[in-house]
Amino acid sequence: MPIAPAITDIEQLKSHPALARLLEWNAPMVQAAKFDREELTIWIEKEAIREACALLRDSADCPFNYFCDLTAVDWYPSEPRFEVVYHLLSIAKKERVRLKVRLDGSSAAIESVTSIWPSANFYEREVFDLFGVRFTGHPNLKRIMMPDDWEGHPLRKDYPVEGYR
Amino acid sequence: MAQFPLATAEPDQDSTLVLNMGPQHPSTHGVLRLILEIDGETVVRLRPEIGYLHTGIEKTCEAKFYQQVVPLTDRIDYLCPMTNNLCYCLAVEKLLGLEIPPKAQWMRVMMNELTRINSHLVWLGTHAMDIGAFTVFLYCFREREDILRLFEMVSGQRMMTSYFRIGGLALEPPLGFFEKVKKFADRFPGNVDEYENLLTGNPIFMMRTKGVAYLSPEDAIALGASGPTLRGSGIDIDLRRDAPYSGYENFKFNVPVRNEGDVFARYLCRVQELRESIGMVQQALAGMPEGPVKADAPKVVLPDREKMKTQMEALIYHFKIITEGFAVPAGEVYQAIESPRGEMGYYVVSDGTAKPYRVHMRAPSYANLQTLSRMCEGQLIADVIAAIGSIDVILGDIDR
Repeated sequence: MPIAPAITDIEQLKSHPALARLLEWNAPMVQAAKFDREELTIWIEKEAIREACALLRDSADCPFNYFCDLTAVDWYPSEPRFEVVYHLLSIAKKERVRLKVRLDGSSAAIESVTSIWPSANFYEREVFDLFGVRFTGHPNLKRIMMPDDWEGHPLRKDYPVEGYR
Repeated sequence: MAQFPLATAEPDQDSTLVLNMGPQHPSTHGVLRLILEIDGETVVRLRPEIGYLHTGIEKTCEAKFYQQVVPLTDRIDYLCPMTNNLCYCLAVEKLLGLEIPPKAQWMRVMMNELTRINSHLVWLGTHAMDIGAFTVFLYCFREREDILRLFEMVSGQRMMTSYFRIGGLALEPPLGFFEKVKKFADRFPGNVDEYENLLTGNPIFMMRTKGVAYLSPEDAIALGASGPTLRGSGIDIDLRRDAPYSGYENFKFNVPVRNEGDVFARYLCRVQELRESIGMVQQALAGMPEGPVKADAPKVVLPDREKMKTQMEALIYHFKIITEGFAVPAGEVYQAIESPRGEMGYYVVSDGTAKPYRVHMRAPSYANLQTLSRMCEGQLIADVIAAIGSIDVILGDIDR
C-alpha cells in the first residue's frame, strides 16, 4: 500500500466541507491546506482560530460539533516555533479535520476555544503546562500535570529528557 | 435526574465545607483527587485535581525508536494494554503505508475484544463494590483471571502484554490457544447472566444508580465524553462501526445506546458491550484466516529467528532494526480507535527519522473526567462515588 503523495493545492481540496466553509467565510484567514494519508489539515491565521472553530461547530451541512483533541508540536529551533493542533469530529457526518495554528516562540499565546467547546478546558491547560503556550480567555489557566511550582515546560524540545534541568 | 437543579449561584463561603477526596481513596480508582465543596450532604462544586501519576510518557517517546514505544503504550491505560498497542501500531503503520496480513488483523480484533471484556470486568467489579455489591467483584475477577491467562499464553505477560508490533504481531499464537479462547467464549455469556442476575434487577443497585449523575446529550458532546459515557446519554457513535480499522468491517455487532444518561444507563451499555464483544471473539475464532502474522516489510518487521540462522540478509536487517531503528516518512497522522473507555487517539508526527518527533495520546478518560463536575454538582455526596465508577476513569490514562 504505497502512500499517495500529499495534496497541498487548496483548489483541489475545496470539496471538503470544513475547508469549503472556511473559504466561503474568510479566505485570507486560511494559510494553507494539506491532504495527506487520508487526513485533511488546515492552517489558520492565529487571530481567526476562535471564530473559525465557532464557524465549523455551527456549520449547517457538516457541523464539527465534537472536539476530539488539542495538542501542540514544538519545532525548535525553527520559527514559528509552535504549532497548536486541533482535531475536530463531526458526529453526524463522521468527518474529521485537523486545524493548525503557527505560533512564534517569543509570543506563544492564542485565544482559548473553551467558550466554544468546554471540553477544551483540560487540553488547553495541558498544552499550557507542558509547552508554555498561553490561552487568553481560559477560565482557569494553571498547571495540570506538573506541580504548581514547577519551572520550565517539559515537552519543549529544549527541555532535556534526562539528567539535571 | 433532571429535576435536581444544578448549582449555578456562587456558593456561600460561610456554610460550605471543602473536602478533599483522594488522592488515596479506594473508590477514586487510582490517584484521583477531588476537591469537593459541600453544603451539608450536597455537592456545590467539584474540581478534579490530576497529575499524580504523570510519568511523561509523551516526552519519553521522543527519545525512543518507533518500535521501542510499543511497551510504553501498555503503561498508559493499564487495563487495556492491547488497545493502546493497536492504536499506536495503526498510527505508525498509516505513516509507513504498511499493509497488515489478514490473520494479524483478525488476531488484533480478537485480542482487543478480550481486552475490552477484561477492562469492563474490572470496571464492573469495582463499580459494583463501590456501591455495595461485593459478590460481583469476586465473580468478575474470576473471569478476568481466565482472560489474563489467555494473555499470558499468547504474549508471555499477564498485564503489560506488548503483543502487537508495528507490522503485525510479536509471535504466532501458541498451539491450543484458540481452543482455550473458544472454551472461554462459550462459557462467558453465562457468566454475564450471573452478573446481571446480581445487579440489573437488584433494587438496592437500581436505587443507587437510576437517575443518578445525569448527563444530557448536549453536555456529553460539549464536555468531550466518549465511549459508553457518551452512548449512555443517547449519542450513537462507535468508531468500530463508524470508522472501521483493523478489519472491524468484517464483524457484525450492535452498538448499545441508552437514552437515560444516568449511571444505570452507562452500566447497561457496558454490560451489553460485554455480550457484543464475546460475540465478536466468537466470530473471529470462526473466521480466523490462515497465513503470516507479520507484514512483508523486512526493513520494519524483525525477521524470524530461524531465518536469521540461515540467511545473511535477515541477520543484517535484524541488526539494523535493533541498532538504528527504521526511518518513517515525514508526516503526521491522528489514528482514533474505540477503546473500552471511548475514543482513544494517537497523534504521531514524524520528521523522517527513526524516532517519533511527537507522540500525543488523546486519552478517553481525560475528557470523560471533565463531565464529572456536571454530573455531581447539585447532587448528594454519596452519589459522587457512583458517578466516578460510571465514567470508568483510569488514572494512568489521564496523566500519562
